Amino acid sequence: MSARASVLFDAPGPRARLRNNILTLLGVVGIAAILYVVYARFDEKGQWEGRIWEPFLNPYTWTEHILPGLLNTLKAAGLGAVCALIFGAVFGLARLSDHRWVRIPAGAVVETFRAIPLLLLIFFLFFLAPDVFGPGDYTLVALVAGLTLYNGSVLAEVVRAGVRAVPRGQSEAAYAIGLRKGGVMRLVLLPQAVTAMMPAIVSQLVVLLKDTALGYIIAYPDLLNIGFQIIPATNFGSRIPAAIVIGIIYIGLNMALSGLATWLEGWSRRNRKTSARPVVPPGGAMETSGMAAGA
Amino acid sequence: MDDLIKYAPDLLAGFLKNVQLSVICAILSLIFGTILVAMRVSPTPVLRGAGAAYVNIVRNTPLTLVLAFSALGLSDTLGVTFSEEPSTNSFWLVVLGLSLYTATFVCEALRSGINTVPMGQAEAARAIGLTFFQSLRMIILPQAFRAVVAPLGSVIIAMIKNTTVAIAAGYLAESAFVMRDTFDETGVSIPIFVGIVIAFMIVTLPIGFFTGWLANRLAVAR
Repeated sequence: MSARASVLFDAPGPRARLRNNILTLLGVVGIAAILYVVYARFDEKGQWEGRIWEPFLNPYTWTEHILPGLLNTLKAAGLGAVCALIFGAVFGLARLSDHRWVRIPAGAVVETFRAIPLLLLIFFLFFLAPDVFGPGDYTLVALVAGLTLYNGSVLAEVVRAGVRAVPRGQSEAAYAIGLRKGGVMRLVLLPQAVTAMMPAIVSQLVVLLKDTALGYIIAYPDLLNIGFQIIPATNFGSRIPAAIVIGIIYIGLNMALSGLATWLEGWSRRNRKTSARPVVPPGGAMETSGMAAGA
Repeated sequence: MDDLIKYAPDLLAGFLKNVQLSVICAILSLIFGTILVAMRVSPTPVLRGAGAAYVNIVRNTPLTLVLAFSALGLSDTLGVTFSEEPSTNSFWLVVLGLSLYTATFVCEALRSGINTVPMGQAEAARAIGLTFFQSLRMIILPQAFRAVVAPLGSVIIAMIKNTTVAIAAGYLAESAFVMRDTFDETGVSIPIFVGIVIAFMIVTLPIGFFTGWLANRLAVAR
């Protein structure tokens, strides 16, 4: 962007180019200094020793630890995503109901679960489950239920915003040709709303995937727990390499999903199948992608 | 209900720790987020790249990993410590992790604000002879800040809720820990859970309403 004008900067002239070059130099020096400090610290604490990185070259670590952990993370995320989508669709449409006795309770449920810190909700469900269902292992149930209630509530807002983003003329025209309420929703509003909602839904799923890591705190054997507790316990000293490896896995997964969301946003802007503008996730610009709510 | 009354002092002390964390992290993440956004929109490719790399890496890492890493990796293994006292040390580690994490969202919110200002505004400002800093100060930044009041409010609310994850960094004093502790002693108690949730709502709901009201009041009509 340095060669052309942006809203903040004019196309640079000779003096500005000189200034930019000096800034570049300072930037490079600063970043190099930070990297060196990190390197020296690692060196001082012996974090470059081959011994502690070796477990990650060993297929055994992957097949016995990392992949089962990843699978557990994906299982929680998948179950949570499906349940949250159902919850979101039901409550989002309920909030749009013409009947006050449906609309108001649905609104109360959605607003409440959106306001509760997710970890407290998961803790509560985790301690509540044995009292209700008898003793057993409820880590997965508590995690999925918490993810469903919280992300489902956010998705309910997305659904509501999506249906409302369809211009009024669409539903008026549908009523004018004699469709009933159900038909207007099912045949006219929802197909257009889903297209507009897709990017917001996918970015909320990124939040959901990141939030599965909260399972670590209730000892659900997910990627974080296995990578950060079990691997360093069996391979002494490998805590930092383990954090870096599982960090890369999480970042890769999330970036792939975010990329999908960005692509879907462009696609839904370009395509003519909907008259609704893409939905911005509740309480955030598209760039933040509602990810602000993520833990 | 008796449980709630019996444990109220402990719960309140825990919640005050959350408030304390929230205030410090809000200030630090706003400052650091502003520095990051300055890097991301600067005319220098190196700074832009570094800012973008930092934001994309940290934003896509689960907060639980960030906080667990600051305690077990940064402090225990690499020896970055703030204090000899373990509870003070973990408090500042949480502040560090949570601020660095929230700063990325602050940065993205601010950047999307700058993106909402149409190019024509800058061109018009130059056309009437304003200098670079004049157009920035009088034309661009005022419009950019107004667009991000509501998103920044949501970032701060999310951050306040995220202070409960401090338990992952081994900080054993705030609400989530106190709640777990009392559940361990007395079994699950609905009044205690509802009490803590209401305490959080008392803090977050007014922030949401206030930033929403402010955003409407300041909205730029285009």
